[in-house]
Amino acid sequence: METMLKNKKIQVTGLSKENEVVNITNRENGAYPVRMETRNLNVKYGKVSAVKNISLPVYNERVTALIGPSGCGKTTFLRALNRMHDLTRNASVTGEVLLDGNNIYNPKVNPVTIRRKIGMVFQKPTPFPTMSIFNNVVAGLKLVGIRNKALLNEVCEKALTQAALFDEVKDRLNSPGGSLSGGQQQRLSIARALAIEPEVLLMDEPTSSLDPQSSSKIEDLIHELKKNYAIVIVTHNLQQAGRVSDYTGFFFLGELIEFGETEKMYTNPAHKRTEEYLTGKFG
Amino acid sequence: MKKKEEQINNVLKKPVGIIYRWLGDRIFLSAAVILGLSIIFLSLSMAWVLYGEGSLSFGEFGFWGFLRGTTWDPGIQLIFGALPFIFGTIVTSVAALLIAFFPAMAIGIFIAEYAPRWLGNIIENLVHLIAAIPSVVIGIWGIFVFAPWMREKVYLPVFNWAAEHYPSLLPVLGNPMGYGMASAIIILALMIIPYTTALTRDAIRQVPKEQREAAWALGATRWEVIRMAVIPYARGGILAGAILSFGRAIGETMAVAMLIGNKNNFPFSIMGPAATMPSVIINEFREAVGSLHLSSLMAIGFVLFVISLIVNLLAAYITRKLSISGGQVA
Ligand SMILES: Nc1ncnc2c1ncn2[C@@H]1O[C@H](COP(=O)(O)OP(=O)(O)O)[C@@H](O)[C@H]1O
Ligand SMILES: [Mg+2]
Repeated sequence: METMLKNKKIQVTGLSKENEVVNITNRENGAYPVRMETRNLNVKYGKVSAVKNISLPVYNERVTALIGPSGCGKTTFLRALNRMHDLTRNASVTGEVLLDGNNIYNPKVNPVTIRRKIGMVFQKPTPFPTMSIFNNVVAGLKLVGIRNKALLNEVCEKALTQAALFDEVKDRLNSPGGSLSGGQQQRLSIARALAIEPEVLLMDEPTSSLDPQSSSKIEDLIHELKKNYAIVIVTHNLQQAGRVSDYTGFFFLGELIEFGETEKMYTNPAHKRTEEYLTGKFG
Repeated sequence: MKKKEEQINNVLKKPVGIIYRWLGDRIFLSAAVILGLSIIFLSLSMAWVLYGEGSLSFGEFGFWGFLRGTTWDPGIQLIFGALPFIFGTIVTSVAALLIAFFPAMAIGIFIAEYAPRWLGNIIENLVHLIAAIPSVVIGIWGIFVFAPWMREKVYLPVFNWAAEHYPSLLPVLGNPMGYGMASAIIILALMIIPYTTALTRDAIRQVPKEQREAAWALGATRWEVIRMAVIPYARGGILAGAILSFGRAIGETMAVAMLIGNKNNFPFSIMGPAATMPSVIINEFREAVGSLHLSSLMAIGFVLFVISLIVNLLAAYITRKLSISGGQVA
């Protein structure tokens, strides 16, 4: 297993030659294995290309932030990582997305099992409004046939606590998910994604609908979670990306302009556009 | 920069014609109010006329006495009670809805969720086609094709089997002549399937795609997405659709009158002839001689009106009560 993951890393390093826009800074510190990886990933809506030839690694136990002006393809890229585009009629994906070295777009792979391993939190809160808070959290577990009440209770409490929501809802776990406020609904969505204990967690601007307090709770949560997960977070909040992420990818017009360690990129961006974006000249 | 601001200010300060500012809103408002009020007035006056015409009968038998009366004898005793027809209407409509609901929901779900677009369109058009057939045509088909077929293939075999094994069931089963309650129920079910289907499909199409995606992202399969995210979200619309279809079944006249056998003797049997409120009105109106008979038919019309009104209000209430807006449960 170890060697396999190491091999993967060598391939990633090789990638930067193929795709010259990508500028992978600082590879010396290679303590973390690559969990996911895209290779020449393209996503088109009809004939319009929204993600162009992107190759990017996602390290285990690290947070990867995707930044860039709105409409530059961050969401589109993220949704390619757990095959959500399968559900959009006019979207087509080419290239490879590897999870532990296996291409998830291989026709033999069942997208349902992929989505159980790669959890997702959306930009808008999406609790099931008629389902109770409890059932919302354990919805994914019930899907795989877990009915043990004690276990469900335990998972529910843990996930809600992680999502910084437990104290607010512990007395009304049976009220409908739709009865919560917007910020609470988003934390409920996060708890629901955590309850199935995915291997990779994808978050699309998870705090854009939250108040600053809940946002910082979520950021703490991300710090906590990265001990066990590989996390990819889309954000247009540069401070947030700086705070939570270890690696950052800068997207512009569907292309990955620069990818590297967050610290390096923020202090010394390799690309002029990145610098302009980080210093607020556009976006 | 300065110049642009000035321009905008000028546009804002420019006086808007009084007709737009003041009259426009008022004209629209009063038109809407007048139209709305006249619809309410029309319905109320209709109910009032029906009640007035039926008052002779209500006076003779008492309001509740008329509703509870089980004898309808316009020939000899001149006694009029509406219960057989109220019963016939409720039983045929409820049974038709029970038969139609699940197939209609399945078709609606299939069209909205499973079928490729071309197939969905074909099925949808077929379903619309059924809805567009005039009910008298369905009635003729029922008389000449459906009822005889049911008599030969279903009613007679069942009747013979019961005669041999459970003779005590025969009065419940009734005369297997083909024209009767069971035939009317099945035809009614066929006729309301398009409505229930269309309303189910609409309700399902209104489920936001985010809800579906949330379920997909948890690793739900297609059916699990429908069960977990789609149906619960659409439940208000689906239920309201079922109730509206029920309302249509209650009022359906022609096809039912042609197939139900039209017999006023209460209690009814399953296969034997029966009658509903619309069917007795249409069958007896032309021949009603006595004023009490005519008044009783009007009184039935009044009851039918009130029941339909209640059903529609119920549908509106349920839609409102169970609807979900912006992820928030009302
Ligand atoms: N379902 C869709 N159909 C067609 N075009 C889409 C669709 N979703 C997004 N796009 C387009 O793809 C581009 C990238 O969008 P998106 O990935 O949402 O950007 P971001 O998340 O970075 O703001 C945009 O130009 C957007 O208009
Ligand atoms: Mg986005």
